[in-house]
Amino acid sequence: MSAAAPALTAIAAIEKSPGYWAGVMHRFRRDPVAMAALIIVLALVLMAIFAPFIAPADPYRSSMIRRLRPIGTPGFPLGTDELGRDMLSRLILGGRLSLLMGVTPVFIAFFIGSAIGITAGFVGGKVNTVLMRTIDVFFAFPSVLLAIALSGALGAGIFNGLLSLTIVFVPPIARIAESVTTAVRKIEYIEAARASGASAFRIVRIHVLGNVIGPIFVYATGLISVSLILASGLSFLGLGVKPPEPEWGLMLNTLRNAIYVQPWVAALPGLMIFITSISFNLLSDGLRSAMDIKA
Amino acid sequence: MTDPLVEMKDVTVRFHGTRTVHAVNGVNLTLMPGETLSILGESGSGKSVTLKTLLRLLPENRTEIGGEVRVAGADVLSLDGRALANHRGGVVSMIFQDPMLALDPVYTIGDQIAEAVMRHEGISRQAGLARALDMLTRVRIPSPERRMKAYPHEMSGGMRQRAMIALALSCRPKLLLADEPTTALDATVQIQILLLLRELQREFGMAMIFVTHDIGVAVEVSDRIAVMYAGEFVETGTVRQIIREPRHPYTKGLLAANLHGAVKGERLDAIPGAPPALETKPTACSFAPRCLVRQDRCETARPPVVNFDPGRMVRCIHAVEPAMA
Amino acid sequence: MNPAFATASDPVPRPPLLSVNGLRKHFPLKGGLFGRTTGVVRAVDGVSFDVAEGETLGIVGESGCGKSTTARLLVDLITPDDGQILLESRRLGVDLDVRELRRHVQMVFQDSYASLNPRLTMEDAIAFGPRVNGMPAAQATALAHELLAKVGLEPRRFAGRYPHELSGGQRQRVNIARALAFSPKVVILDEAVSALDKSVEAQVLNLLADLKKELGLTYIFISHDLNVVRYISDRVMVMYLGEVAEIGPVETLYANPTHPYTRALLAAMPSMDPDRRTQEAPLSGDPPNPINPPSGCRFHPRCAKAESVCSAGSPGLFKLPSDRHLVACHAAIPGSGHSLAGVTA
Repeated sequence: MSAAAPALTAIAAIEKSPGYWAGVMHRFRRDPVAMAALIIVLALVLMAIFAPFIAPADPYRSSMIRRLRPIGTPGFPLGTDELGRDMLSRLILGGRLSLLMGVTPVFIAFFIGSAIGITAGFVGGKVNTVLMRTIDVFFAFPSVLLAIALSGALGAGIFNGLLSLTIVFVPPIARIAESVTTAVRKIEYIEAARASGASAFRIVRIHVLGNVIGPIFVYATGLISVSLILASGLSFLGLGVKPPEPEWGLMLNTLRNAIYVQPWVAALPGLMIFITSISFNLLSDGLRSAMDIKA
Repeated sequence: MTDPLVEMKDVTVRFHGTRTVHAVNGVNLTLMPGETLSILGESGSGKSVTLKTLLRLLPENRTEIGGEVRVAGADVLSLDGRALANHRGGVVSMIFQDPMLALDPVYTIGDQIAEAVMRHEGISRQAGLARALDMLTRVRIPSPERRMKAYPHEMSGGMRQRAMIALALSCRPKLLLADEPTTALDATVQIQILLLLRELQREFGMAMIFVTHDIGVAVEVSDRIAVMYAGEFVETGTVRQIIREPRHPYTKGLLAANLHGAVKGERLDAIPGAPPALETKPTACSFAPRCLVRQDRCETARPPVVNFDPGRMVRCIHAVEPAMA
Repeated sequence: MNPAFATASDPVPRPPLLSVNGLRKHFPLKGGLFGRTTGVVRAVDGVSFDVAEGETLGIVGESGCGKSTTARLLVDLITPDDGQILLESRRLGVDLDVRELRRHVQMVFQDSYASLNPRLTMEDAIAFGPRVNGMPAAQATALAHELLAKVGLEPRRFAGRYPHELSGGQRQRVNIARALAFSPKVVILDEAVSALDKSVEAQVLNLLADLKKELGLTYIFISHDLNVVRYISDRVMVMYLGEVAEIGPVETLYANPTHPYTRALLAAMPSMDPDRRTQEAPLSGDPPNPINPPSGCRFHPRCAKAESVCSAGSPGLFKLPSDRHLVACHAAIPGSGHSLAGVTA
């Protein structure tokens, strides 16, 4: 009568369903907008990685005699900046710092925020109250102001910029993680797992993580565009990257006086920020709908 | 002889999307004024879709409706703009399983009903509110004056259901469509709502199409029953005919599965398998894969539609010679 | 009834398999600025019953009657405020720990989809419990396959599938298989067939009957469908607002309901006879919610037979002369002071 101890017979070969992530990939691939966004993001990343090899000229070499040339100048396809440096090369190399400043804080905050949020959501009760009310304090400040204040207090520089942006992004990610986890915790399969005598750690590992990490990840991807803009903003204010390093936000700042002389050239860093952030946004939207499974 | 209120001729509904679904595959239906028909079927049988076709409630951009639908002389499939708005709520009205979907959470019950009447009949707000109070009294809501000022969330489940019925009937529709309105209710509340609908239907002289998966509910409210399977009516008849002389094997299976009179300890004559996915248009009997009395021809050709007399139809090769179980 | 069964009363009464004594759970209602307690939901209030080995106890009642809370209390998914749970005369918290209780008492929920982790294949879902309890992975998987076959799902086809690829009936079979992975003594079925289509429901009921026979299971079957409860149960317990209104053998209870609420529930079942449709609703209004329930007999405000004694005191379960039939109604308790009750016992 007991089913407890079956013989260790060979397990028959079974028809494997394509896994969940295979399904997500399948749906994602059929979404043209998301695929386009993915290609642009990949191109930007590749461009950043291989920047020194791609850049046609030395992005640091300035020249007083060829300042602010228009787009299409022979030898300078995208013109030159206010110090006569090649815009194309600077934009290519600037992508490195911009992407670093955009992606890194979100990436780190994704781990910290998820840990806080999942803990708060799964444990609930007083732990939740303490953690989430602390997080709420950060929401009292607009993210731009918070980033500026933190950067200002820590001092300028890439590392301090990254640190302050990370602090800015932990609260929103933690909040999303908490609400997703709280929702998952109330679903009956968690109850069923508890009824089977599983420990809290095991329930989180097997039943919670897999079901919450996707939505949190999607949300975090969406934050990359915000981070890019904030990072550019910090540099623009002189708090992030320092000249002469090329970074899109900083370039936008230093070129702002040229807006009447060479408006198209001056707009180029802004255009790059725009393209990058919208690509990350569309990528995150595409992921969201690809991960949405219906019974 | 009076004209029928509802006439559906060979109605098909197809949904396009990531995959095509043949939800309704050739439904014919005639309903006289004042008559009540129940459409009995399981989830995915197309019963709700059939109902929504009468109100044109299906998403227009990905729905393909074929055939002919006439309600009170109007060609429903060609209505638009003002005429469609008048049709909805004025001629045909609908109640749902979840009243919270039909009631607006930010308006009081009285205001909602008054607003609906004002829009359809162009009467004053005063008259609209008077009608609202009258309707709440007719659906037997206790202390209706007080309930006029209540918001939907302040009412209990059964009360909300009554408020939704009041709203649906406020413009005196000729036809009431009911989509499982009692499924979510407790047993003692369900029977109250069923009896109320029966009384109101008599009082207002309206026709009613009642969609349900529960045979008992269909018996309580209707004159006729249409059994639906895989987007088709497989058997229609009066309640007595369906309950006492079911001819289609699916109807018989459903009656057995109701467990009314099932003998304890005896195995149930369960219909094996599950309903088809409806991704293609049926070319044989849709029920054949689950049928215990199927023959080879059931799986190769469409079963004959046997009409005994008006309103009595069976779509099965065994319709005439009773099937051996 | 089978005469052999009727006379086969054990000379030494065997202790019940599962026994519940004075089970109580009140949920505080939090509200206001600082989360003060603004009220108490008396979800389960002094519920006692026994389940004998191999029997099926049906629990019926409307929303808010506490039937689902009772189920969750039985497997300690909710911790009771008061009361005892005894399995084979061993008391939970004294000489029986939660882990062991849960191994012997398993549960199947109503929502077949929500009960399964969407990211786990069926074999992983079933093997999870045994693995948690220390079974090696390969053995747990083999067990999962065996159980899938037992509930009528071909392992080769279904073991690698995900929940959304299965129909409701198939998912519920998986949930049953998962509950069986511990070789439990008692399986609680909380509206486990209610969400299924009628034709599929009949299949699952047949499966439950087969499994019971094969594995010697004991069921606690919670449902709002009185037809299904009548078919599957040996005894039926009727709950109202957190209390037991009536409990007794299924045929006695359906043929001879004593509590006015049980009568109302039975009378509210849709008639299956077109010539004898229901003419009058047995009760008016909705079932009240269990926040601040009425004094005395909780049913008295809706009861046609209520007298002053009914609001004065709670009747308590009274054993009727017929076998194992208990009812909590003043009108049925001799000497209660109710005009319909006899004067002496």
